[in-house]
Amino acid sequence: MKEQIESIRKEISEVLSERGASMTSKDVYALKMEYLGKTGKISALSKGMRDVAPEDRPTVGKLVGELRQWAEDTFSSLEEEIGKRELSAKIASERIDVTMPAKFRGSGSVHPVTLVRRELIDIFSGMGFDVYEGPEIEKDYYNFQALNIPADHPARDMQDTFFITDEFLLRSQTSSGQIRVMENKKPPIKVLSPGRVYRSDSDATHSPMFHQMEGLVVDKGITLNDLKGMLDEFARRMFTKETKVRLRPSYFPFTEPSVEVDLSCSACGGKGCRICKGTGWIEVLGAGMVNRRVLENCGVDPDEYTGFAFGMGLERIAMIKYGIGDIRLLFEGDVRFLKQFKD
Amino acid sequence: MKVPFSWLKDYVDIDITAQELTDRLFSCGFEVEELIYVGSEIDRCVVGRIESMEKHPDADKLKICHLNCGECGSDIQIVTGADNVKPGDVVPVALEGSSLHNGVKIKKGKLRGVESCGMLCSGEELGINDDWYEGAEVNGILLLQGDIPLGTDIKKVVGLDDYIFDISVTANRPDCQSVYGIAREVAAVLKKPLEPLDLSYHAAGFSTCERVNVSVEAPDLCPRYIAQYVRELKIRKSPQWLRRRLALCGLRSINNVVDITNFILLELGQPMHAFDLAKISQNKICVRRAQDGEKITTLDEKEFTLTHENLVIADGSKPVALAGVMGGLNSGITDETSEVLFESAKFERANIRRTSRKLGQKSDSSARFEKGVDAYTTGIAINRALNLIETLDCGTIAKDRFDIGASKTEPKVIGTTVSQINGLLGITVPKEEICSILDRLNFNVESKKDALTVTVPAYREDVDGYPDLAEEVIRMYGYDHIGGTFLEKATVTNGGLNASQRAEEEVKKILTAQGCSEIITYSFISPKDYELIRMEGDIPKAIRIKNPIGEDMSLMRTTLIPSMLNTLVRNVRHGNEGARLYELAGVYLADELPLKEMPQERKTLCVGVYGLEEDFYTAKGVFESLAAQAGIRFEYAASEKPYLHPGKCADILLDGEKVGFIGELAPDIAANLSVETSLYLGELDYAKTEKVLSGRKKYVPLPKFAEVKRDLALVAGETLTCAEIEKVIFEGCKYVTDVRLFDVYRGVQIGEGKKSMAFSVTFTPREKAISPEDADGYVKRILKALHEKLNIELR
Repeated sequence: MKEQIESIRKEISEVLSERGASMTSKDVYALKMEYLGKTGKISALSKGMRDVAPEDRPTVGKLVGELRQWAEDTFSSLEEEIGKRELSAKIASERIDVTMPAKFRGSGSVHPVTLVRRELIDIFSGMGFDVYEGPEIEKDYYNFQALNIPADHPARDMQDTFFITDEFLLRSQTSSGQIRVMENKKPPIKVLSPGRVYRSDSDATHSPMFHQMEGLVVDKGITLNDLKGMLDEFARRMFTKETKVRLRPSYFPFTEPSVEVDLSCSACGGKGCRICKGTGWIEVLGAGMVNRRVLENCGVDPDEYTGFAFGMGLERIAMIKYGIGDIRLLFEGDVRFLKQFKD
Repeated sequence: MKVPFSWLKDYVDIDITAQELTDRLFSCGFEVEELIYVGSEIDRCVVGRIESMEKHPDADKLKICHLNCGECGSDIQIVTGADNVKPGDVVPVALEGSSLHNGVKIKKGKLRGVESCGMLCSGEELGINDDWYEGAEVNGILLLQGDIPLGTDIKKVVGLDDYIFDISVTANRPDCQSVYGIAREVAAVLKKPLEPLDLSYHAAGFSTCERVNVSVEAPDLCPRYIAQYVRELKIRKSPQWLRRRLALCGLRSINNVVDITNFILLELGQPMHAFDLAKISQNKICVRRAQDGEKITTLDEKEFTLTHENLVIADGSKPVALAGVMGGLNSGITDETSEVLFESAKFERANIRRTSRKLGQKSDSSARFEKGVDAYTTGIAINRALNLIETLDCGTIAKDRFDIGASKTEPKVIGTTVSQINGLLGITVPKEEICSILDRLNFNVESKKDALTVTVPAYREDVDGYPDLAEEVIRMYGYDHIGGTFLEKATVTNGGLNASQRAEEEVKKILTAQGCSEIITYSFISPKDYELIRMEGDIPKAIRIKNPIGEDMSLMRTTLIPSMLNTLVRNVRHGNEGARLYELAGVYLADELPLKEMPQERKTLCVGVYGLEEDFYTAKGVFESLAAQAGIRFEYAASEKPYLHPGKCADILLDGEKVGFIGELAPDIAANLSVETSLYLGELDYAKTEKVLSGRKKYVPLPKFAEVKRDLALVAGETLTCAEIEKVIFEGCKYVTDVRLFDVYRGVQIGEGKKSMAFSVTFTPREKAISPEDADGYVKRILKALHEKLNIELR
């Protein structure tokens, strides 16, 4: 029995010294089974204990136990060694060029006009404004007459309008939305009216179709000073905290007093540059206190309520904000242009 | 509106520079679009006297002059070829390094070996004619008159040292469409007195009323008509000062009478007209509507056929002027004219505007009337014209006049309060300041405590309520006094997007996540665009713009497809490898044309896709992503469109209703566009699907029992569609909740004309679990149905 034990030990040692280095973890497992498995050679020794003389059993048993322990340790350290070797081989074989391009479908983009529109809605809805989108094919009444621009009024020359019939036209201003809102809602009113507008004009800074956003506030005790305060807030949030607002007298038939609103040029901080043509100011919107006649036309008592309105061109703001030089780029849909505008 | 600085100074003592005045005007509402220095072309050109002159040794026609130009040099040698100069003459001298009219630069040089340090100038070289300086048109060097210090800048001598303010006057201020009108504003801004106009004249004993009869038959179109008779007319050249004024404003001098009418137009903004009385038949002038079909030939020899919409001035037999637009050729002033009837009138601006537009005939007069002339100025202007007639000794003036409609002009009075004005402005302008500003602007103010009674100057027809007064106050007080408040008195309101506006934003987000870029294209398209997609039949259904920029932008689109197609093609041509684009915009659908009711503006979603990794199914995926997000199921059925590939075109259905389509651009159209890559186009009636896309989603309880999946490999006839098979599978068992095709195989094993399609079928239990045996039973039932209905076998 002792010889058997020794020969097994020797056998294992020989196999390992002969093939150990080239073994795979599978080979080690097979070898382990050969000796330590249920029917393995060492297990057979344990079973053969029955045949050993009872007085020798403790000694032999100890020897078998030592052999088992030795075999287990030997195999497990070998397993560990081979496992490490195999892992590093696997890692080495699986090494990739991590700088190769990623696989993904790039996300799309949102039109800069939509971005500006969202930003404006975000700013003004925080101040309590709803959003109303009126029709683009409008009646003369809503686009002109109700806004205090009767037929053959010289103010009609301020905008070259596209006509469909004598009665219908393509709205030349989102101000038409003012009337539709006031006809259907009693003050207090705070509403934005964004959308497409049309004028017969086409060059690098004018497009026959563009977007405007009109804002209207009607309530008791609304003042020109309130208009200024709201525009200050808008300018700071839309452009920079330092952006200043300048009002200067102007004329729109549907507001009185009317003002042209300039913002300090955010490109040069008001010092004067190419973008603001050296003036330090950029004309961004028109505004004013709602004309009493307009309120009357909509059934709002002008002695009880006052209000202000403002309107701006979204393309113009997008062009200022993103530094776009030619308005036509906005409508050409070139993906190289579009992809620059992410959500 | 062009206003010369020197002219303004006639009425107001201006002690600031032109640039400073520009800034002051800007802040009170008059934007100077351009401040033009009249003599900007001329530099280093001074007055010099020819001290001596000698013949050029080597050229017969050249002379060597020695000039004394005072501080600029007492002996300047200049060679000239002019033969109208002699020693002692005082002439304009362009010094070395000077610039002249039309960008001419003068340098030192040698003429036939003799040094010449400049040039003697003609009027033309200074860019002036006789209207600027008498003798400027002479052939040769301009000979200066009078005692002018040598070395004086020539611009000061010939009237070029002046500024023109090109002022943009807003439509509510027609009273400022004149030099005097602007002067009134300047006086108010600078707090200086305004020089009154000299309106005095002496009348002779004869009478207008005895010479001619004037009547107004259309007072609605002519609220005021003044006519006065002038005879013993001496038609001749106007004096220098008058001609120079006209020249500064870009007008050519004609003769004294015409020049006076033009001068009044510039000075007061009142168009005037003079009829040659000798040519007026029956001594009758009548302001009336034209008869339909009546004809007139205007001064510029254009003939017009008129209607009752047009206002004319007629004599006893014919129209002699197109009222407010232009005089008739038959009654104009000539050198032989000896007696005239001067007209100063107010014509309704709307009518003049319409007539001018309808006939396509414009003039300085019509442009002015269109903006609006006030009846007060109409009265001032005739006196001013007659004052000039007398001053310039042009003729003798009748003792009386016709003034029809004069009594209607009553001053407007506005009752308001200081607090009402300040209430609108939101700041506190002191009462004294309000009164002082209004007073400077010629409003008459009576105040009693807070109350103000304000009489509006007659020429301010735009002012009719306290907000107008508030505007007058703040534009003079200064907008920089408005610091900004934040809706101190307003009601707090809740704002933001409504459900459908939010849904639209959601849809855009999903599309962005799908790699789509948003485009915005014009709402109007070309009839050619309809031809491009072979939908010419829709052209008559599209709403047409009456006055489009061009035919290519004349139709309000009824589909977004052509705009999308053009955008895709543009991207292909720019060399872009691929694009996924969408536009969410309205199409314009009329129930009836010409339009009688508001048309429908239907929100439509258009998708366009091309590129290496794109095919019909990836394009379809864009719509499926929307359906997946909304938790709805679109169905697809093979279909056809005139512009889509007949084998790759599908209708999109929702609950059996057509809501859109998708397909590949027909190969022959692509070939015509020289596009080699496949373009995919789809359109969804967003308005129709909006409800379900934005509908509030309800929670569906999770299944209590596990789902069971079975894969079925089926052999089907080649022509059977996926949708047909799916439908039968769905119908075959009520527990089927999802059917998904995951493989298609064709090959010899399957057989000619057949394909193998592998579906993954999901059974979702309801009341109780589905056992494997149950599932086997369902599959059996499904296979039976497939066999019976579609002749499909299990592979």
